[in-house]
Amino acid sequence: MKVAVIQFPGSNCDLDIFHVLRNVLHVETNLVWHKNFNGTDYDSAVLPGGFSYGDYLRAGIIAAHSPAMKHIKEMAKEGKPIVGICNGFQILIESGLLPGALLRNQGTAFICKWVKIRNETSNTPFTKTIRKGAILDIPIAHAEGRYVNEHDGIRELNENEQIVFRYVDNQGKTSENSNPNGSMDSIAGICSLERNILGLMPHPERASETILSPFSGSDGLRILSSLAQI
Amino acid sequence: MPQFTIEVIIENKKMARDPEGETIAKELITRGGFSKVKSVRAGKYLRLVVEADNEVQAQQIVTDMANTLRIFNPVVHTCSIRIKSEAE
Repeated sequence: MKVAVIQFPGSNCDLDIFHVLRNVLHVETNLVWHKNFNGTDYDSAVLPGGFSYGDYLRAGIIAAHSPAMKHIKEMAKEGKPIVGICNGFQILIESGLLPGALLRNQGTAFICKWVKIRNETSNTPFTKTIRKGAILDIPIAHAEGRYVNEHDGIRELNENEQIVFRYVDNQGKTSENSNPNGSMDSIAGICSLERNILGLMPHPERASETILSPFSGSDGLRILSSLAQI
Repeated sequence: MPQFTIEVIIENKKMARDPEGETIAKELITRGGFSKVKSVRAGKYLRLVVEADNEVQAQQIVTDMANTLRIFNPVVHTCSIRIKSEAE
């Protein structure tokens, strides 16, 4: 398994995910500048968090036109696992690889805090070892993470079991209070119809070592370790 | 070749709430005493200078660009494209 972490101008979580994959999970991982990326060299790719191109025009839209995304689309077609975290999720949405939109948080503020998310499906390569209904502690850090889609789009995501994570409260229930950004249906992460592309706003790479967690947990590792097993 | 100024305005559709506009309306305008202003929608404004034979062609170039490059996200945005005036 060889993973590429794609660096765009303005990526800033690239070194964190690189560290977790290489030093914690011992996966062969390279940092690759977006203009130098060749998808045929890799089994999987991660689009990291950050503020690619300063979030100009709309978070993710300029990076969505990067030469790297042609390779990402090719990899996705071949069934290789692709993960987009935070800004990476925004890039996947804006490149059309995942449906919907990520808009300004309902409270308008940038939110940086630990939240709880519920795993909604074990039927993805990324969550196959996580029980459906399991609650994970994981931080978010974003201003544009409010997932929005048309009524039919939300219905299709539900019908096709594409909603992978939802924001929940301590009891594991969705509610207005446990939904930090106003996302429709409390959506924190979704996958593609073919299930090999995952986009999520929370940062698993920031929850992968107990020393970094106020809960002494490493729930993010449960998601990322999938990349070591594929 | 003549140049034309084209305005592109991107707004959230009604189905996508606009917290920026809501905050401007509630916390600034209403609080500031302008209660006759009943709602605000915030959007994004781009002003482009385009070389073309005429206004219609200039508008067509920008429309093609907006659709091809996804200048707006059609799931949640509307995009108005209009001619401002001949560029100075």
